[in-house]
Amino acid sequence: MTKRTIELDLATPGVDAQGHPTRVPLGVAEGRATPESAAEEPGLASEHMLLNLGPQHPATHGVLRLVVELDGETVVRVIPHVGYLHSGFEKLGEYRHYNQIIPLTDRTDYLSPMANNVGFALAAEKLMGIEITPRCTVLRVIACEMSRIISHMVWLGTTSIDIGAFTPFLWTFQERERIYNLQELWTGARLTTSVTRVGGMMADIPDRFIEGLRHFTRTFPKTLDEVDRVLTRNSVWVGRTQGVGPLTPAEAINHSLSGPMLRASGVPYDVRKDNPYLGYETYDFDVVVGEHGDVYDRYLVRFEECRQSNRILEQAIERLPDGPINIDNPRMILPPKSRAMNDMEAMIYHFKQVMEGVKAPVGEAYVGIENPKGELGNYLVSDGTAKPVRWRIRPPSFINLSALPKMAEGHLLSDLIAINASVDIVMGEVDR
Amino acid sequence: MKHVMETKEVAGQNPNYLLAKVQDLVDWAVNSSRANSLWPMPFGTACCAIEFMATAASRFDFARFGMERQAYSPRQADVLICAGRLPFKLAPVIRRIYDQMTQPKWVISMGACASTGGIFDNYAMVQGIDTIVPVDVYVPGCPPRPEGLLYGILLLHKKIKGESLFDQVRRRDEQPLDERGLRLPPETIDEISEPFGNSVHQFRSA
Amino acid sequence: MNPSVDALRATFGSAIGRGLESCGDTIVYVRRDALLQVLAWLRDTPDQRYDYLVDITAVEYRDRERPLEVVYSVRSLERRVDLRVKVELDAEADLVVDSVVPLWRGADWLERETFDMFGITFRGHPDLRRILMWETYAEGYPLRKDFPLRGRFSRAEQVRQALAANPEAHYSMEELSIAEAYGELSPEMKERLRRGERGKLAGSE
Repeated sequence: MTKRTIELDLATPGVDAQGHPTRVPLGVAEGRATPESAAEEPGLASEHMLLNLGPQHPATHGVLRLVVELDGETVVRVIPHVGYLHSGFEKLGEYRHYNQIIPLTDRTDYLSPMANNVGFALAAEKLMGIEITPRCTVLRVIACEMSRIISHMVWLGTTSIDIGAFTPFLWTFQERERIYNLQELWTGARLTTSVTRVGGMMADIPDRFIEGLRHFTRTFPKTLDEVDRVLTRNSVWVGRTQGVGPLTPAEAINHSLSGPMLRASGVPYDVRKDNPYLGYETYDFDVVVGEHGDVYDRYLVRFEECRQSNRILEQAIERLPDGPINIDNPRMILPPKSRAMNDMEAMIYHFKQVMEGVKAPVGEAYVGIENPKGELGNYLVSDGTAKPVRWRIRPPSFINLSALPKMAEGHLLSDLIAINASVDIVMGEVDR
Repeated sequence: MKHVMETKEVAGQNPNYLLAKVQDLVDWAVNSSRANSLWPMPFGTACCAIEFMATAASRFDFARFGMERQAYSPRQADVLICAGRLPFKLAPVIRRIYDQMTQPKWVISMGACASTGGIFDNYAMVQGIDTIVPVDVYVPGCPPRPEGLLYGILLLHKKIKGESLFDQVRRRDEQPLDERGLRLPPETIDEISEPFGNSVHQFRSA
Repeated sequence: MNPSVDALRATFGSAIGRGLESCGDTIVYVRRDALLQVLAWLRDTPDQRYDYLVDITAVEYRDRERPLEVVYSVRSLERRVDLRVKVELDAEADLVVDSVVPLWRGADWLERETFDMFGITFRGHPDLRRILMWETYAEGYPLRKDFPLRGRFSRAEQVRQALAANPEAHYSMEELSIAEAYGELSPEMKERLRRGERGKLAGSE
C-alpha cells in the first residue's frame, strides 16, 4: 500500500507562514491585544466566538434568534433578534371591526388565549363606555385564571425540558388537557377560543362546566404537589437556577418589566391588586413576591401563582351569579339566531352589526390586565368609526425579553438557556 | 374483432413480471420502513406548535405512529412539519432548513396559516409555505385538532407507501429558478397567494 | 384630570400643550424639544415619581390633516397613577424625536419598534435599527396609513426579497464592533455586513 500525499488548496489555510494557526480575531478578553501579540502567543485563546442560536432551535421557545458572544463557555454579550413571527396584527386591526379583532387576539399570546380576549374586550368596552353584567364579570375572571394556569403549565413544562427534566412536561400538559376540555366545552375550540365579545361573552357556560371546573380545582393541587416534590428542592434544579440571571428591583423597574419577572425581583406590583379590573379587589388571594430575582425565584413565583389562581377559581365558582351575560343593548349584542330569523327588527340589528360593526365614540382608551406573562395592555384609538384608528398591544413578553442581555451577561451558555426559559416569552406576542 | 387492452406503463416499473414483483417487494419494504418511522422536524412557530406539542404529549401521543424522536436537527429528520404561520422574515430560514434535510424528505403544512396564509392576508405573511418549499400534506384548521394532525400524518404514510424507489421523481431536486431562490414562477406565486388580491392587483379593498 | 398636568404647566409653561381626559385617562401634549426634560422631571420629582415606563408607541390618524403622535405612557408605581404624554410630529416635516433610553432602558426596544413601524427616528438611541421586519426591508414603514395592508410589492416580489434577505448576514452595529476590533475581515464578509445595515438597500434613498 503506497502512501499518497494529497495537496489541498484551502481557501483559509489553517496556518500562516510561521506555522502559527490563523484565527479570525473577534474580541479580546482583557485589554486590547495587538495582532503581533496574538501571533506571539498562539496557544492562548483570547478571542471570542460568535454563536448563532436559532431562529429554529428547540430551546428558544419559538422563533427567537440569539447571537451570543462567547468567551469560552461564558456569555460576554447576547443580542436577541426578534421579528421572526411578525404577523402584522396591529395593521390588520385597523381593517377589522372591534368584534372581528377578538379572534386576532387569540393568536398573539396563544398560550393564554382567553386572557387576551378579555383584555381586548375590556379596552373596547372602556372606549365605548359600557359596563358589563355581574355574571359576565365573574365568567371573565374564571377565563383569566384558567388562562393563567395553562400558561404557567406550558412555562413549567418547557422550562423543565430546557433544564433537563422531561417528566414534568407530560404532567403539566395533562393538566392543560383538562382545561382544554373545559375550554372546548364552553367555546368549541381548544386553543383559539374568542370567548368574549364587546359587551359580553360569546356564549354562556354549559351545564357541565362548573362541575368540571370544580373537579379540576380539587385535583390540580395534587399535580402541583407532585411537580413540587420533583423540582423545588431538587439539588440539580436548585443548582441550575439559583443565582442565575438576577435583577435588582431598580433594574426591573427601569427595564419596564411586568408580571412574574417584576415580582420575582421584589417589586410587589400586580395589576389585579394595584389597578383592579373585573372586581379583583373583592377576591381573596395573595400577590407572590420574590426576593432575589433569579431564575429560581421566578420559578417559585409562577408556581405559587398557580396555587393562587386555583384559589381564585374556587371563589369565583362559589359566587357566580345568575343573570344575563350580555348587556342589554340590541345595537351592540347580536340577537339570538331564532329571533334574527323570525323578527325583522332583530334581523336588521344582526345585519348592521355584522356588516358595519359597532361604532365607537371618538377617543382613546388603554386597559392593562395581568396576563400570565405580565401586563398586557390594549390601547385603542377611535375616530368615531367601527374600525379602530390604532390598536396597540402593549406586549409584556417583548419588554421582558429586552432585559435578556442584561440578565445573561457573565453567565454560562447553559445558564443563558435557563434565563431565556425563565423570561416566559411567547413569540406571537413579542412579534405580533 | 380484436380487443386491445391498453396497459398504462407505470414510471420506472420493469416490464418483466418477476423483476416487477421484486421491485414491488423492495418498494414495500423501503416504504414501510420510511412511513412507520418518520422522524419529524418540528418547525413550530405559533399556535399550531402548541397543538403539535399537545399531539406529542401523553394524551394523543404521535409516538405510537412512529414519530418517536423529534429531530431538531434537519440532517436527521424525515418530515418537516411547519406548524404555524410563516412571516417573510422567516422564509429564508425554512428554505435553508428544508435544503439541509437529507433525502428522502416530506413536508407537512400544519394549519391554515402554513397552508395558505390563514387569516393573515397582509404585508408580513407568506401566503402558504408552498410558495417556498414543496408540500406533501396540508392539514387545515386553526389550529387543527391533534386528531386532525394525526390524520394528516396517516395520509402522509399512505402517500409514502404509494411511492416507488424506481420512479425517479423523488430523486429530482428542485432547482431554484433564479439566483435568488424562487421555486415557482412569479405568476404562480401571485396566483396561489390570491384570491383576495393584493395592492398591486386590486381585487378587494381591505 | 391628573393633577400632574397642572404641575407640568406650572413648571414648563408653554412647552406643555393641551391636557385632556379620554375614558378616564389623562393625556397631555408636550412640545417635541422639551420632551426629555419633561419626562425626566416626571420621573425624578418627589411628588410625581413616574418611575415606570408602560409603553411607547405612535398613532397616525386617518385624517391626514392631523399630525402623527408619539405616545409615552408612564406610571407611578407607588402612587398608582398613569399619565399619557404625547408629542405631535408633522408628517410632512422630519419625523425625529429625542430618545428616552437614557431615562428608561425599557425604551430601547419600544423605540426600535416605533421606528420600524412608523419611520420615526429617535435621536440618541444607541442602536436604532429595524426590529420586527428584516433590516433591508424595502417596502416602507408598515403602520403608516399610506402603506397598504398587503404591502407595496407583488407577492412574488415579496417572496423574492424575503428569500434574498439572508438572516445570518445581518449583524447589528453592536456585533460589528466585535469584528472591528481588528478590522481583519474577509472582503466578502465585509460586503455582507455592509449590506445588512440600517434598513436601506444600497443605492436607494
